[in-house]
Amino acid sequence: MKEDKNTKTLNYRDQVHHFGRIWTVIALFLFLMVPVAICVHAGVWPKAGDLLKGLLSVAPIFWTVGAIEVITYVPMLGTGGSYLGFVTGNLTNLKVPSALNAMQNMGVESDSEEGEVVSTIAIAVSAIVTTVVIAVGVLLLAQIRPFLESEMMQPAFDNLLPALFGGLAVVFVSKNWKIAMAPMIFMIALFVCVPSLAGSVGVLVPVGALIAIAVARVLYKKNLL
Amino acid sequence: MFNSNSGFMYGLTAAVIAFVIAQSVYFLYRALKRAKELGMDMGKIKKTMVSTAVFTIAPAVSILLGVIALSKSLGFPFPWLRLSVLGALTYETSAAASAASVMGASLSNAITDPQVFVTIAWVMTLGIIVSPVLVCLFGKKIEGGINKIKDRDSKWGDIFMDGLFLGMISAFLGVVFADVSTGLAGWIPVFVMIASAIIMLICGALKMVLKAKWIEDYALPISLLGGMALSIPITDFVNTLV
Repeated sequence: MKEDKNTKTLNYRDQVHHFGRIWTVIALFLFLMVPVAICVHAGVWPKAGDLLKGLLSVAPIFWTVGAIEVITYVPMLGTGGSYLGFVTGNLTNLKVPSALNAMQNMGVESDSEEGEVVSTIAIAVSAIVTTVVIAVGVLLLAQIRPFLESEMMQPAFDNLLPALFGGLAVVFVSKNWKIAMAPMIFMIALFVCVPSLAGSVGVLVPVGALIAIAVARVLYKKNLL
Repeated sequence: MFNSNSGFMYGLTAAVIAFVIAQSVYFLYRALKRAKELGMDMGKIKKTMVSTAVFTIAPAVSILLGVIALSKSLGFPFPWLRLSVLGALTYETSAAASAASVMGASLSNAITDPQVFVTIAWVMTLGIIVSPVLVCLFGKKIEGGINKIKDRDSKWGDIFMDGLFLGMISAFLGVVFADVSTGLAGWIPVFVMIASAIIMLICGALKMVLKAKWIEDYALPISLLGGMALSIPITDFVNTLV
């Protein structure tokens, strides 16, 4: 029975890898076709030198962050969640918290097949709702723009990430406070001392993870977890 | 002169967004089917779907604000497309600004020069395309590595995953303190984070006292929206002191 379930799990994950890659390759092709279509429509192509200069100013940092995000988030999001999450974007501010919260509510582990399924469901729902909200927002722009861009509402949107991670931290830190203390103290000290690093927070995620895992390893070896 | 709000641009955007919606629906269908096969509680899954949808609204509105901000220079369709697929608010704005400055343009004005627009479009697209490529190439290997750790010692495997979560959360908690050296106003994000954490604690306490499971399902959206709402009086209060 156990063997049967394991085989099924393997088959399911393999299937997800298979169709996940197909969907992603088609998506990538479509994404690349967008600027191609704009160029054909406008009858203009970018000059190689300008394109290279523009890319050099963003690619080194964003490709590095992209690689780091893949290493960090793939284990958290599972197979289906990763393929979908990396195509639909907005991982840190939306997809990853959605998946973590859904798995927490369902009481499933991220590396289990149940976790894999719940993470995929959360990311899919989140992607669909985001698209609908943006579409409705653009359609009703004349009506909602004064409210959204009002001075009164500015602090609410400026503080989205603190409001998000404050709640999320209570859930995860309270479960593992022994592991959480060292990376939290390190990160707070780091950002207080070097505020300019705020723009590179994505690069520092694996640093936090390495500290947390190192501390966890020591505590685990000493039977303190 | 390039019209960034033309029917052609809207059509292009609609086609790509329709594809991504189709992909989301397909993954959702496959996952729900698998959940049924695994005998998971479908009622609980439905509740989780609703709470995820509620949670998504505030960050989605914030993404909409990004679309509005970029629309002044790039029109609506292209930022709408970029922020619905692959992109993230922080990335798209800086990529567009960098590409515009290379061309001697600025995002504070509408981009009407086709040469400038296509260069920005290519830079924004190529600058972030690497992640899905890496998922296709290495996703399975990364997953295999995690499975190996778990197979060797399942308890350590769970702790390892907790370490990953906490690494991410600690980095984003740390960045909230980045402006504290600028004075009291720099503490506003910290106060908002604490307010959100307190709301989450209240939700936990209410869940236990009232024995109401639904509070747990909606605790994150409640703490997120509560934190955002409280940021308004917090900011007003701090501004009266500085």
